[in-house]
Amino acid sequence: MSFLKVNNLKVYYPIRGGFFRRVVDHVRAVDDISFELKQGETYGLVGESGCGKTTTGRTIIGLNKSTSGEILFEGKDLTKLSRRDFHLHRQDIQMIFQDPYSSLNPRKRVLDIIAEPLRNFERLSPAEEKRKVEYYIEKVGLNPESIYKYPHEFSGGQRQRIGIARALTLNPKLIIADEPVSALDVSVQAQVLNFMQDIQKEFNLTYLFISHDLGIIQHMCDRIGIMYRGQFVEEGSGKEIYSNPQHIYTKRLISAIPDINPENRERQVELRQEINSEYKNSYEKYFNAEGKVYQLKQISDTHSVALP
Amino acid sequence: MFLLGGFALSNQPLLELKNLRTSFRINNDYFAAVDDVTLTVKENEVVAIVGESGCGKSALALSIMGLHPQGRTKLEGNVNFNGRNLLSLTTSEMNKIRGKDIGMIFQDPLTALNPLMTCGRQIEESMTYHTNLSGSKKKQKALELLKKVGIPNPERTYKQFPHELSGGMRQRVVIAIAIACEPSLVIADEPTTALDVTIQAQIMDLLKELQKQMKTGIILITHDLGVVAEMADRVAVMYAGEIVELADVKTLFKNPLHPYTRSLLNSIPSTAAEKERLHVIRGIVPSLQNLPRTGCRFKERIDWVSAHDHEENPLLREVEANHFVRCSCYKHFNFPEEIGDSKYVVS
Repeated sequence: MSFLKVNNLKVYYPIRGGFFRRVVDHVRAVDDISFELKQGETYGLVGESGCGKTTTGRTIIGLNKSTSGEILFEGKDLTKLSRRDFHLHRQDIQMIFQDPYSSLNPRKRVLDIIAEPLRNFERLSPAEEKRKVEYYIEKVGLNPESIYKYPHEFSGGQRQRIGIARALTLNPKLIIADEPVSALDVSVQAQVLNFMQDIQKEFNLTYLFISHDLGIIQHMCDRIGIMYRGQFVEEGSGKEIYSNPQHIYTKRLISAIPDINPENRERQVELRQEINSEYKNSYEKYFNAEGKVYQLKQISDTHSVALP
Repeated sequence: MFLLGGFALSNQPLLELKNLRTSFRINNDYFAAVDDVTLTVKENEVVAIVGESGCGKSALALSIMGLHPQGRTKLEGNVNFNGRNLLSLTTSEMNKIRGKDIGMIFQDPLTALNPLMTCGRQIEESMTYHTNLSGSKKKQKALELLKKVGIPNPERTYKQFPHELSGGMRQRVVIAIAIACEPSLVIADEPTTALDVTIQAQIMDLLKELQKQMKTGIILITHDLGVVAEMADRVAVMYAGEIVELADVKTLFKNPLHPYTRSLLNSIPSTAAEKERLHVIRGIVPSLQNLPRTGCRFKERIDWVSAHDHEENPLLREVEANHFVRCSCYKHFNFPEEIGDSKYVVS
């Protein structure tokens, strides 16, 4: 039994229009994707904005309803559970949100923010609750005295740590990190990423790491799935994706990462032009008539590509 | 090139900032967000200004353009552009320069564009103000510009509103507006931050291409060192309102000297070092009111370097040809990871 298995997941949003605002079409935000997470690994979901990576994450945690398909978490299909049964599983899956400025309630103290999940699931006395919150606030490297402060008194990196502390309180097994560092400066970003790696070891966490930054994804993830228009384009280990990309879309994404060495500047531009012309010329090879990608095909044990 | 004219000699700096200091009023006190910045931009040169949020890089750009609210800002020093000090000009005199001689590209293309005006009209706007071209000439020029910035169907985009375009297309329109009057200097404030990687690459390549064609000077403001490595000719690293290191791009990436520059470079998840720990700079960027005004401003964040290794009044010194570094602490700086001092390693 795998830890988390997503089978043929589809999330469609209706487009209403015409007479009586009937459903005339659908936005296929997530269109038939399947992937698997092993316990303790970090799985990266990458793609441009609008490719459905966030929708996938939100559907797994139950913030969006799936249209069809199954999400098997430790063998149980989350999409078929009633609200009440789902509630029990919420403890095991937690989320870290993108923007630490809007994901913390400005009118609550840090204590109340971090204790909120505890209050939902456990009955603790105020003293016990405080002890637990202090334990986690220390784990994320903040001063225990800061639990009586409000979010605005913290910097971006510290706020993101508060968000992480909140996600940790219920001992979750899976954490969905939706662009956890996109809103942060590079040095603060480094701090949060290091910290996420530390707690992963300590609590044996599994991450579903959603990002559009391929540098960070490569740094953090064991396996990577590339999404395009709601579908998977390529899936494989970090090494396979970065040193041996097969699909033109993956190549395009990777060639777009700015090279930190200014000596390679001209080469980068040439490479991008080459790949762009290949993208234009051999479009039919990689995309079908509707502009969608083909089904994933396995090319090695861990590496699959969407090719006809 | 009807505006540049032949008088801009190639060795003469296009823009010269001399001891520029921009202070904001907070509770009736003035705090300098940009402190004593001296920098030159030549024709056909891309100068990047890098730093974290709050280091004063955007404040610097807005000072050049004169876009700070006047009552609450104090500007000191000199901003020499084409032989005139921009800080001494009146608003109406500045209006003749803004958009004509200096173009600006803003970070977020959606908020920079007027949602109620078609893209074509917005491009024509600055031409209406600065030139006396006829309507049809302006339209023709706008279409040319749209084509130049790589918009596939200029006729259609000309009539479209900003919300009908994607982020990358909008940024192209913003660039078209900025270069409409063929300015000799363009200030690009985080031009690719709001965009996806693939679009970012396209916009970077476009800017480079245009820069080569038009020989404009560009001030590129960004926090992304990758963008700097791909675009800039010279780089100024800013910390707490000051330039701490200034060098040409190859030198800076090959031989960074100032502790701040080195720390920044070490904190990027680079493609080479996989799964290694990233360097974290201790402490936080001080807020404007709490900025240390004397001594090395980076001192507190590298507190394992002993106090007498810092200068009392650190100046930007030329340590090798065209490579400037502030404070002598770089000579004594090692990462705590390297010297094995785990007390100072932050997780």
